[in-house]
Amino acid sequence: MKKIPLKRIMKYMKPHMPYLVLSLVCSLIYALSALFVPVMVGESIDLFIGKKQVDFNRLWSILGVISGLAAAAGISQYVQGVSNNRLAFMTIMDIRNAVIDKLQKLPLAYFDAKPSGEIVNSVVADAESLSDGIVLAFTQFFTGIVTIAGTLVLMFVYNPLIALIVVGLTPMSLFAAKYFSSRTHAKFALQAKLRADETSFIEETVYNNKTVKAYGRERAMEEKFEIIDENLRKTALDATFYSSLTNPVTRFINAVVYAAVALVGGLSAAGIITFGGTITAGVLTCLLNYAGQYAKPFNEISGVITELQASAVGANRIFSLLDAEEEPSDKDGKIISGPGNVELDNVCFSYDKSRELIKNLSLKVEPGKHVAIVGPTGCGKTTLINLLMRFYDVDSGAVIINGTDVKEGTRHSLRDNWGMVLQESWIRKTSVRENLTLGSDIDDNRILEAARLCKADGFIARLGGLDTEISDDSLSQGERQLLCITRVMLSNPGMLILDEATSAVDVRTEVKVSGAFDLLMKGKTSFIVAHRLSTIRNADMIIVMRDGNVVDKGTHKELLGKGGFYSDLYYGLVE
Amino acid sequence: MKSFLVFFESRKTQSLLAPVLKLCEALLELLVPIFVAQIIDEGLPSGDSVFIWTRCAILIGLAAAGLAFSVVSQYFSAVSATGFASSLRRALYAKINDLSFADLDKAGAAAVVTRITGDVERLQTGVNMGLRLFLRSPFIVFGAVVAAFCVDAIGATVFAVAVPVLAVIVFSILLAGIKKYKISQSGLEKLTLLTGENVTGVRVLRAFAKENEETEKFAEADEKYTKAQTVAGRISALMNPLTYVVINFAIITLLYIGGIEVDSGDLSKGQVVALYNYLSQILVELIKFANLIITVSRAGASGKRIKELLDVKPSQSFAENEIISDSDSEIAVRFENVSLSYGDGAKALDGISFEVKRGEIFGILGGTGSGKSSVLNLIPRFYDATEGKIFVDGNDVNLYPKKQLRDKVAVVMQKPFLLSDTVKNNICFGEADETRLAEAIEVSQSADVIASKKDGLDEEVRRGGSNFSGGQKQRLSIARALYKNSEIVLMDDASSALDNITERKLREGIARLDKTVIMTSQRTTGLKCAQRILVLEDGKAVGCDTPENLLKNCAVYREIYDLQNSDKEAE
Repeated sequence: MKKIPLKRIMKYMKPHMPYLVLSLVCSLIYALSALFVPVMVGESIDLFIGKKQVDFNRLWSILGVISGLAAAAGISQYVQGVSNNRLAFMTIMDIRNAVIDKLQKLPLAYFDAKPSGEIVNSVVADAESLSDGIVLAFTQFFTGIVTIAGTLVLMFVYNPLIALIVVGLTPMSLFAAKYFSSRTHAKFALQAKLRADETSFIEETVYNNKTVKAYGRERAMEEKFEIIDENLRKTALDATFYSSLTNPVTRFINAVVYAAVALVGGLSAAGIITFGGTITAGVLTCLLNYAGQYAKPFNEISGVITELQASAVGANRIFSLLDAEEEPSDKDGKIISGPGNVELDNVCFSYDKSRELIKNLSLKVEPGKHVAIVGPTGCGKTTLINLLMRFYDVDSGAVIINGTDVKEGTRHSLRDNWGMVLQESWIRKTSVRENLTLGSDIDDNRILEAARLCKADGFIARLGGLDTEISDDSLSQGERQLLCITRVMLSNPGMLILDEATSAVDVRTEVKVSGAFDLLMKGKTSFIVAHRLSTIRNADMIIVMRDGNVVDKGTHKELLGKGGFYSDLYYGLVE
Repeated sequence: MKSFLVFFESRKTQSLLAPVLKLCEALLELLVPIFVAQIIDEGLPSGDSVFIWTRCAILIGLAAAGLAFSVVSQYFSAVSATGFASSLRRALYAKINDLSFADLDKAGAAAVVTRITGDVERLQTGVNMGLRLFLRSPFIVFGAVVAAFCVDAIGATVFAVAVPVLAVIVFSILLAGIKKYKISQSGLEKLTLLTGENVTGVRVLRAFAKENEETEKFAEADEKYTKAQTVAGRISALMNPLTYVVINFAIITLLYIGGIEVDSGDLSKGQVVALYNYLSQILVELIKFANLIITVSRAGASGKRIKELLDVKPSQSFAENEIISDSDSEIAVRFENVSLSYGDGAKALDGISFEVKRGEIFGILGGTGSGKSSVLNLIPRFYDATEGKIFVDGNDVNLYPKKQLRDKVAVVMQKPFLLSDTVKNNICFGEADETRLAEAIEVSQSADVIASKKDGLDEEVRRGGSNFSGGQKQRLSIARALYKNSEIVLMDDASSALDNITERKLREGIARLDKTVIMTSQRTTGLKCAQRILVLEDGKAVGCDTPENLLKNCAVYREIYDLQNSDKEAE
């Protein structure tokens, strides 16, 4: 069982302390008032002696007490519920905000190493589960303990013998519940696995239904499905049945306890057993009521513990994210700006420090020059971009932009120099405008002008203008890419990075987009990773990379003249 | 929901017995307060220990019988619920294979998967709960009221008032809670969306230095969500206190009425206790019942969606009898003025006419969305033309039975798909003819692929074909099409992931085959071996001729050609 990082949760709970105190006070009031209601009911029962023997004055005052207790219990339970919600929701809100803030400060390496779903899960699902855990713990844990203790005390006061019977027998129902839940756990796990298998079979054959039908495999697939499904049915039957045994069995054990209390209580009340002292019919009613409900707080507490285990796993994931090392601060960094000088001085870098990647790379690019980076997949092209943007820091050597080592400048000022279009176009689910400005305040005319230059105006108009809500699926690949180019065009940076920006676009769209690129790149220092040879050929400098190293650099003519890797690559590309 | 009854058919007895047995259990539970009342009224005053002992023995007997009824009932309901779900899943799965692609597109593949998995699962839970509780909970509530009336009509009026009041409170709080919960849920979805965007877009956001804005944006959405959550929580938090107060008010009234009646000699002490005990039973069952209604209504929504899918009438029908006289026409495939629109959308193909000769290698060229795949889809009737006619081997495709038509045509899909099975089964789908297999492997250039795997032809393909690269998958799916031994092979951009040398070898191999081949590509280089090429743009034919003539006469062809070859010529 994972430990719950209580101390750290408390830190976030601290500002909401008043709710916590209120919750605890209310749960104490609630549990105690609720406990005394059956006592009062018992006392009033004892007034019902027979014809013309009911003491109405006494009955009235008892009923008055009951209504007071019920009102106190009701109100305190409501206040407790509301404070618990407040406490949990606000604490979790603070934690979520802290995580998002943290995400902005984590190095890119963190995102590249972790599946995106995992991070999203921490912010959403893990936080929700922690919130559920907090609510449940404060609602049921403390109340449960007070109720159990109070019941025990009252039972012992009334009749120690009956108290002993209840205390002795009730654990049986807890053991039974535990027994069944641990037995069914394995069955549920198996069911989940078989269900996942079946789902993936369904997905496979439904998403690729064309192949199934083209090859006339319909019946064969149905037969296969039936075998898988029969297994699932049997397991589901097992799991469903065994898990449904818990309730009848614990109910039976509680009924036995109830009968035992009725017996011993009845015999004591009749004066046949005198060991625990005699009791009245009203006390018997009260004790039967307790016996009927004694198991409930135990079940609730064990439920809380199960829930908390789930919460603990999530909480630990959240805190490990919050503990991850941040990028070094650049608070006192210099502002980087200038015409677009880029220099790499003896740069070494690798992701996995045990495996060398970029080694002693030096490079000088004058303002306005276009640099094409070529090489086979995995040669380090994208890595070079990561270093230029300072998404990663070099291991040794220096990246110098406009005369400043990027490590000495602020990241924001460095990145203000760059415009970047990546292979994977990133579109968020919001309006066209928001996608282009990313929240900056830019005049509509300027946006439309940039869109026109990038040939994106046509489809934006077709979509219904800048206010249209868009998402990844509502646009074609080419349209997404055009928006990304417009986005960079709007910010009008001094230098550019284009990483395979047209590789996923079809041939006819590429023609359109490349015009926009030419316009964008005019007069700007540009680094281009491309597969289109005309782009490469027109570059002022070509860097040929292989296995993380720059194996050659020069103009197209020079490199081709030398023969070697570049010409192999070049002729390979054009076949 | 009548139409679902047929899925209970095979387990009718269990499905009927489960609720009946549950009812018996409830009946036994209702007897308990009566025996407790007897102990108080008769056992205590008389001091008769045998009487008390027997009454307690009866209580245990009731509990034991209840346990037996309940266990058997749980078993039966589990049997019928899981059995029901299984029959339903199989029917749905078979249904998919009956539907045409147009039907499936309309339903949506992802939605169909959800129907068979999640929706059936929810329905199963609903059925299981329903069989167990649908009779029990109302029976206990109403049974307690009836029993109370039997004990004392005047005292029972408290029940008659309390039960409806409690029911109204419980249901309205639950319904209001669900509504607010839905609102807060959409807030949570927004948080998920924003976080996801922050993670996937981290490079762009940092490149534009938008970190602080993102944090603020999230905090804003977070606060909205937390508020909605608090509102929803406030409503749910009312449930327990409110019902508690109402029940206690009922108890106070009951005790007061009880006091009067005992004083007048109409009621005994034990009977008051019995009434009190019945009252306590009601609340628990009422809340259970309300929750059950929610589960069942959720299942009902799933059931409705499932029914919609089951009720879809396949939009395609095929002929029953094989066409005996394969006309030995020289034309393998002919399109006559064919148009196609998917669903309600614009025309994907518009007035297309062309002929493919037997044994010819025929190319279709065009960009994304130009209609290349659509042309191929029509030949094996994956879709039906909206207008015009298509002939295969001289006969209208609509006259063929399904099997005969699809045996004639082998298709290589644009997105190659390998099943989680061995490589061999993926190519042959069943018994293998070794000579044909060897030929298919050779021509499709799959020998390298198979040799590179530890178990060769017996290598297991992992889910989604994840242990094979795109190019490897393409080659294997070409092998599959060639193995099928059909006269006509359709290749939909099927060599896009192959390197140049492999592609050339593949082309040469295909050219040697005695088959009619129709292949599509975005690039002129991909159609090098085609004798004639149909050029498509926006669903219209803009040229259909030999590559040489196209270069002279077709502007679109020339444009694509130039773009791909300019680099080379510049040398």
